[in-house]
Amino acid sequence: MATEALTSDVPVPDELRSNVFVTSLDKVYNWGRRNSVWPMVFGLACCAIEMICTAASRYDLARFGMEVFRATPRQSDLMIVSGTVTKKMVPTIVRLYNQMPEPRYVLSMGACASGGGPFKEGYHVVDGIDKFVPVDVYVPGCPPTPQALINGLIALQEKIDQQSILTAPWYRKDTPSELVPIPALGPDLVDLRQLDIIRRHAGTVQEHTITELAQKTD
Amino acid sequence: MSDEALSEEAMQNEVVEVRVHTDPVEEAVERLTERFPEVVEDPRPDFGGYMVPANQIRDVAAYVRDELGFDYLSSVTGLDLIDEGKMEVVYHTYSIDKGGSALVLKVHVDREEPTVPSLTPMWPGADFQEREIWDLYGINFEGHPDQRRILLWDGFEGHPMRKDWHEPFYEEEHKPFGSRWPGGEVFRAEERNPYGKNVQYPAGWQPESLEFNPDTEVYAGMTVTREATPGLKTEKVTVNMGPQHPSTHGVFRMVVTLDGETVLKLEPVMGYLHRNHEQIGERNTFIQNIPFTDRLDYLSSMGNNHGYVLAVEQLLGSKVPERAEWIRILMVELNRISNHAWALGFLLNDMGAFQTPALYMITERELIVDFFEATAGSRMMCNYMRFGGVAYDLPTEFRGQPTMEFLDELIYEQIPRFIEEMDVYLTNNEIVRARGIGVGTLSAEEAIAYSTAGPVLRASGVPYDVRRAEPYSYYDELDFDIAVFYNGDVYDRYLVRIEEMRQSVRILKQILPHLRSTMGAPIVEGKPQYAIRVPRGGDAYGRVENPKGELGFYITAKTRSSNPERYHVRAPSFINLTALGKMCRGHKVADIVTILGSIDIVLGEVDR
Repeated sequence: MATEALTSDVPVPDELRSNVFVTSLDKVYNWGRRNSVWPMVFGLACCAIEMICTAASRYDLARFGMEVFRATPRQSDLMIVSGTVTKKMVPTIVRLYNQMPEPRYVLSMGACASGGGPFKEGYHVVDGIDKFVPVDVYVPGCPPTPQALINGLIALQEKIDQQSILTAPWYRKDTPSELVPIPALGPDLVDLRQLDIIRRHAGTVQEHTITELAQKTD
Repeated sequence: MSDEALSEEAMQNEVVEVRVHTDPVEEAVERLTERFPEVVEDPRPDFGGYMVPANQIRDVAAYVRDELGFDYLSSVTGLDLIDEGKMEVVYHTYSIDKGGSALVLKVHVDREEPTVPSLTPMWPGADFQEREIWDLYGINFEGHPDQRRILLWDGFEGHPMRKDWHEPFYEEEHKPFGSRWPGGEVFRAEERNPYGKNVQYPAGWQPESLEFNPDTEVYAGMTVTREATPGLKTEKVTVNMGPQHPSTHGVFRMVVTLDGETVLKLEPVMGYLHRNHEQIGERNTFIQNIPFTDRLDYLSSMGNNHGYVLAVEQLLGSKVPERAEWIRILMVELNRISNHAWALGFLLNDMGAFQTPALYMITERELIVDFFEATAGSRMMCNYMRFGGVAYDLPTEFRGQPTMEFLDELIYEQIPRFIEEMDVYLTNNEIVRARGIGVGTLSAEEAIAYSTAGPVLRASGVPYDVRRAEPYSYYDELDFDIAVFYNGDVYDRYLVRIEEMRQSVRILKQILPHLRSTMGAPIVEGKPQYAIRVPRGGDAYGRVENPKGELGFYITAKTRSSNPERYHVRAPSFINLTALGKMCRGHKVADIVTILGSIDIVLGEVDR
């Protein structure tokens, strides 16, 4: 089909006839992007060990073009949030996310990064990194095995395949990329996007239990 | 000392036999109570240790250290005794020379404005531990040189480990929570929180008062130097390393003051992975804590399990069947090899041999990790040991061959081969020697004073190994040597780890016949128990020699309770870091990375 279209309009020399392929720009663009996703060197906790194992020789992340772990966010495409996010750490993570160039992706690896995991009830644990930065792929597990992480990365590749250069927000003038405000460390973690709610609740008594709150709402 | 002399000394691997026959604590206590009549035995039933009046703790500690020979302050624990209106600080001291169990000192102070004299001036190893107690309990240590929060940040509201402090997602004091079991409704805790997040703010707090500048705030409480040397065009510079830095083995941070490239001062900053292990542990039932211990030092989960079950078994008084003990030793020693393989691979990484040695080590580790997966069900988080035994027996087959045949091959061929391979290619490597010898030295006296443990302590010439000093499990029946080296530098820490792997192989060879002869024997005493209650309360301290050093669990419980009252982890990585600033002083900035790699920290255990 493609060759017919070519022969009709464009004069193609005989020796090039079998060497010219026609495809859509999106496909070439995404093909390049999906096979060279550079993750950031960014180990948080236990999951980081499995992430390193995934990158090592047995599971060999290089098969997907993802073995180039960069130490700086400026050169990375993907942030693998590999482990428990704590309140003291989350300003750094948001800052790193803001420093990554677009298009940027976030993969939340493991139960802790996805929703707090076994440590969710702790006073110093953030119940999921998606409360602060947008997440593209969630990988369940505690920790996810290397196979599970690879599955998540393939899911990310499939997501990249679906994106189009025409609609991609990072090329559009009307959708400027928004920086996530870096959370502050006050008496507890302060999400600057929530200042209004915090002001509204400032007068109320904070000492509550979940069961009491449940009775109030029921 | 010349390089040759250094290396010659380093090569001498001394065989040290420490056998304990009598308990040195009894004799020491006799002398202690004679000298200080106010020191009395803990009056509460089933609690051990000796009560010391707060104003005497310094004198008693000095006497215990200098006269009685209990020179190693292993662990400092804070407790909130809310029913009695008191705060408690527990000190575990050991005798390096005599071995044996701990001389436990306890101090009770009033719960309102608790103040205890600091032991940091005499035992620098207490530094971080006392800061942690101040952070989490608000116990003020008088005379502490630098009392600041360590795990949380300055400005955090309250001291969260106090029994009357409640976290945002607080439900009940103890698990299982009524909302979850039995027949509880399922809900997400965020739905019940006004902010939809795991946060709470003090009543009346207005965010207007918040002035947060991330650039200055990161150095809060630290000295940032920009001063110049008079007469010269120089400037001291403060550099920040971490928490996102490839050399810090996780989310560890160091604030370094440099003069040119020379380190003048190094201050570790931690807490970036503080996930409230101890607080969650006090809500959990005893058995629910086992999987949490996996996540402390996540490279050696078997060892963590072992330390925790030993502590709770003291409270329960359970017996462990013979086969379970052999399986435990098998798992723990395999874990030691896999941990040291990882540690050495990444130490080489830190020295600049980027990736290649680490990749070899990870490949060898995968073999052991696979065996863990086949036995326990998980590669890293094994959750394998139970009170009075282990969870499962070894599989009959592994990778298509009988398990015992596989273990023979693993222990007699594969592991020794890779240890020798590593030894041949790395030990005499010029770069390893140049980067390791004489870097980050710690003398034996300093190593003891800083409460370091494990390979760090033994590389400084202190032959202290819990497996010999206070044998647990069947270690007193096994024949192995304590690996000791005497220079206390990065290179010796490297050599200690290689030697420890060899000794682990030696132990493993001895237990294979026992595993064969006990085939089919029970692996847990009686029926497996799930709803466990301790028959009597009291306190217990279980400690094991983990790959990183002495791992201890201090647990107190009320009679017939199913949850620990206090659950404290003596984390070797955390306490070993106390000496980091000392080790780095005077070295170049590139050596920091190597020295940190030679301590072998795991952040899950540092911050807990």
